[in-house]
Amino acid sequence: MNRRAQSIALHTTLAIGAIITLFPIFWMLSASFMTAGEATVVPPHLVPHAPTLAQYRELFVRLNIARAFVSSTVIAVIVTIGCVLFSSMAGYAFAKLRFPGRQRLFGLLLIALVIPPQVGMLPLFLLMKQLHLVNTYWGAIIPSLATVFGIFLIRQFMLSIPQELLEAARLDGASELRIYWSIVLPLARPILATLATFMFMSTWNDFMWPLIILSNQSHYTLPVAIASLSGEHVLDVELMMASSVLTVLPVLLLFVVLQRYYIAGLMAGSVKG
Amino acid sequence: MMRIRRFAILLALIATACSGQRDRRERLEFWGLGREGEVVAEMIPEFERRNPSIHVVVQQIPWSAAHEKLLTAHVGESTPDAAQMGNTWIPEFVAVKALDDLTPFVAASRSVDRRDYFDGIWATNVVNGTTYGVPWYVDTRVLFYRSDVLAAVGFPNGPRTWDEWLEAMRRIKAEHRSRWAILMPTNEFEPIEVLAMTNGSPLLNADGTRGAFRQPPFAGAFEFYVELFRRGYAPAVSNSEISNLYQQFAQGDFAMHITGPWNVGEFRRRLPASMNGKWATAPLPARDASAPTGVSMAGGASLVIFAASKHKDAARKFVEFLSEPKQQIRFFELTGDLPARRSAWSAPALAADPHFPAFRKQLERVQPLPKVPEWEQIASAIFDRGEAAARGTSSTTAALTALDAKADILLEKRRWMLSRKR
Amino acid sequence: MNAETRAALLFLAPAMLLIGIFFFAPVIAGFALSLTDFDLYTIGDIHNLRFIALRNYRELLGSSIFWTAFGNTLYFALVGGPLTVIVSLGAALLVNTRLTRYKAFFRTVYFAPVVTTLVAVSIVFKYLYHPRFGVVNRALGHIGLGPVDWLGDPRFAMLSIIILAVWKGFGYTMIIFIAGLQNIPEELYEAAKIDGAGPWGRFRHVTVPMLGPTFLFVGIVVAIGQLQIFAEPYVMTMGGPLNRTVTAVMLMYQQGFKWWRMGYAAAVAFILFLVIGAATLVQMRFQEKR
Repeated sequence: MNRRAQSIALHTTLAIGAIITLFPIFWMLSASFMTAGEATVVPPHLVPHAPTLAQYRELFVRLNIARAFVSSTVIAVIVTIGCVLFSSMAGYAFAKLRFPGRQRLFGLLLIALVIPPQVGMLPLFLLMKQLHLVNTYWGAIIPSLATVFGIFLIRQFMLSIPQELLEAARLDGASELRIYWSIVLPLARPILATLATFMFMSTWNDFMWPLIILSNQSHYTLPVAIASLSGEHVLDVELMMASSVLTVLPVLLLFVVLQRYYIAGLMAGSVKG
Repeated sequence: MMRIRRFAILLALIATACSGQRDRRERLEFWGLGREGEVVAEMIPEFERRNPSIHVVVQQIPWSAAHEKLLTAHVGESTPDAAQMGNTWIPEFVAVKALDDLTPFVAASRSVDRRDYFDGIWATNVVNGTTYGVPWYVDTRVLFYRSDVLAAVGFPNGPRTWDEWLEAMRRIKAEHRSRWAILMPTNEFEPIEVLAMTNGSPLLNADGTRGAFRQPPFAGAFEFYVELFRRGYAPAVSNSEISNLYQQFAQGDFAMHITGPWNVGEFRRRLPASMNGKWATAPLPARDASAPTGVSMAGGASLVIFAASKHKDAARKFVEFLSEPKQQIRFFELTGDLPARRSAWSAPALAADPHFPAFRKQLERVQPLPKVPEWEQIASAIFDRGEAAARGTSSTTAALTALDAKADILLEKRRWMLSRKR
Repeated sequence: MNAETRAALLFLAPAMLLIGIFFFAPVIAGFALSLTDFDLYTIGDIHNLRFIALRNYRELLGSSIFWTAFGNTLYFALVGGPLTVIVSLGAALLVNTRLTRYKAFFRTVYFAPVVTTLVAVSIVFKYLYHPRFGVVNRALGHIGLGPVDWLGDPRFAMLSIIILAVWKGFGYTMIIFIAGLQNIPEELYEAAKIDGAGPWGRFRHVTVPMLGPTFLFVGIVVAIGQLQIFAEPYVMTMGGPLNRTVTAVMLMYQQGFKWWRMGYAAAVAFILFLVIGAATLVQMRFQEKR
């Protein structure tokens, strides 16, 4: 086979793969603009014949999906800010400050990476009940405010910040807080962006914990809300597709814009393991 | 920092925009399940017109998630004021002390008239002598059958007793009137339950602490059930192996099926036109001629008020409203759910329909399932063991022993608690 | 205590307190909980709590639904895991060849499913799988196959969920493989070429051994992720048909939050933890041997 034929075969395969990969997303978008019942006609319509926003209108006007949108956003934003702040503080301490028991404490933290979160979920729920945080935003937020993954990610990055820089600042009489805030954080900006992207998306997409802790519709996040909707509107394909679009699109767009940071996070996690 | 603040303001704006304007009316939160939760919204304008000071907010929950959502809400202290609840769940919610005692309310209420309700249905709402719910609509099982096939074997009105039933099935099979005589999906426990209750089984012992599965009433019914599979009267298939119930019923795969009221509408809609007048419903066959009919289960949903509610008066008004015979009929028209009150059954839509009188008759002979929180788990063991026996992988004796053992394990906590109280 | 230690304490305090209180304490409490009969009655009145040692575990090991759930979960991981690895390795190899143009584009496209919301795409797939009007059956119809009741047929339900999981997950492992491939020095391939190795030989003797550590990482990550499968069956099948898609976490959720047998559910979670730990160890051991 010559180079040209090879290239054609290769790119055809890649293109078919891309079409298969994108098809479910394409169909979701397409069906969300169809009139009720159009997605189930024979022969099938792949694109809406008379595109309409009726499904979205129904979601916002009658089913009040904006509420879930706000819940998802509030929870994801607060988790992101909190997690970046607390993880960067702890990551800095593990990377750059000497204190007794540092290695042991860090080793202990790493154990958490192989413990499935479900093991703690039942007691966590009972704890939240004691704290009166069941069915509140804080109940959904607090457990993700600091993650071992975030601390690990930031520590690895900060190890590469030259110690001399910090020593020089200390000699100039800068406080530890000042060093962290004005020297370390600006240097760590790329990894902070990575962690922020990562936390926002995983919080936005999270399902099981919000499902458990949020019992009332007024607090549902989008995934919980649409899972509940799909139990009721099984036959309203177009409506369900519109609600899926509303859930998926924000993170998908965010990913397209910030993919550099997001993938960097995955890689940082994978290189070390 | 500036940008974050601006973002926070934006969020706050959206939040206020969504919550709408403050409303001075008393806010009553009601949770409705599935389709009923959707339909009840249509009845609220009338209620709010009559009670201008109350605003009812309905939250609709899918049936599949309702049980855990209601319990989580109770544990998380965020229960609604009132809710619809499967009447078999009431014992559980009583065990966690979630429900308000409705006994005095019912005694004083002029609208909720205890005597107008079917006894078996009402009984599902009473735990240890205290009333915790008001029946909203009912659900029970009767016999759906092909009247042409049953007429051909000599039972145009359906079999009245177990002997007649067996005889009908024998002839259907011997004369090849249909492929199988009856369909009883092996993953349903309801057929076993109703057979056992018809045969006089209490299912559990008197205080609900041990299984009564090896005792003669249950064992006899279980044997009867398994025998139908052994003789080839019923196919050992589960629901998911039946691709199209209606089509198979129409093409003569089976001539009888034990099922519930929703199927009246479904049969009408989905059977081909040629089946018009060729199917009918009958109460379950009695054990013998001494009883008018068999005994079926008292299913359905009730209206409950939560103990933590701060709007109990408004909630009671709402329960009374939904219980009015007129609203019961309206609700039937909207959903097809059968009314819980006898007086609502005089509605033309119900009385004139040829398929509902069987339900009306059956409802006089329904019994609640054992009122212990563990029942639903025990019931899933019933179909599990029933399926094994029906498929011949387990003997009936072994199945019954296993059932009693399983029930004893599940009820161990109950026994311990009762023994401590003494 | 010197100034640096004090500063470190200050910096660590928020994260350590949060992780300690909301992660480690619940995990330890989870084990304690699994040794009790915490249930519905306990929620009504805490005095109804008893210490029952290992009885939950004994009861679990004797129940058929437990074995079904863990069997389903292992099936999902043992079929879905390797399938994900194969598909993603293939994608990585194709995207990474020297001939490939628009690498970034293909990488982004293949990666896109990873960032989608699992619940939402589960709903989408539920419709794609619909026996009557689903696109999958329509496509199969064109080549004379089907129709298949993907989610309703006990034989296909879990397989359908596996396909969704592979679609959703292969982009992630692909990225890791691409990084691994880029770390392989070009000279090794040149040397193999000189030794007369064809494309397959070069893959077998250079690529695979050099990707060793990546395989380990990918294997562990995929296994841990897949053993925790929950949202897909929750949205698509609720565990049916015939319990064929009840998974370990689903069982925990049902027992814990539906029936409120929290002690029992905690035992399910702990056994899952042991299984995940064992899977990790096996994989590390396996990798050491090679």
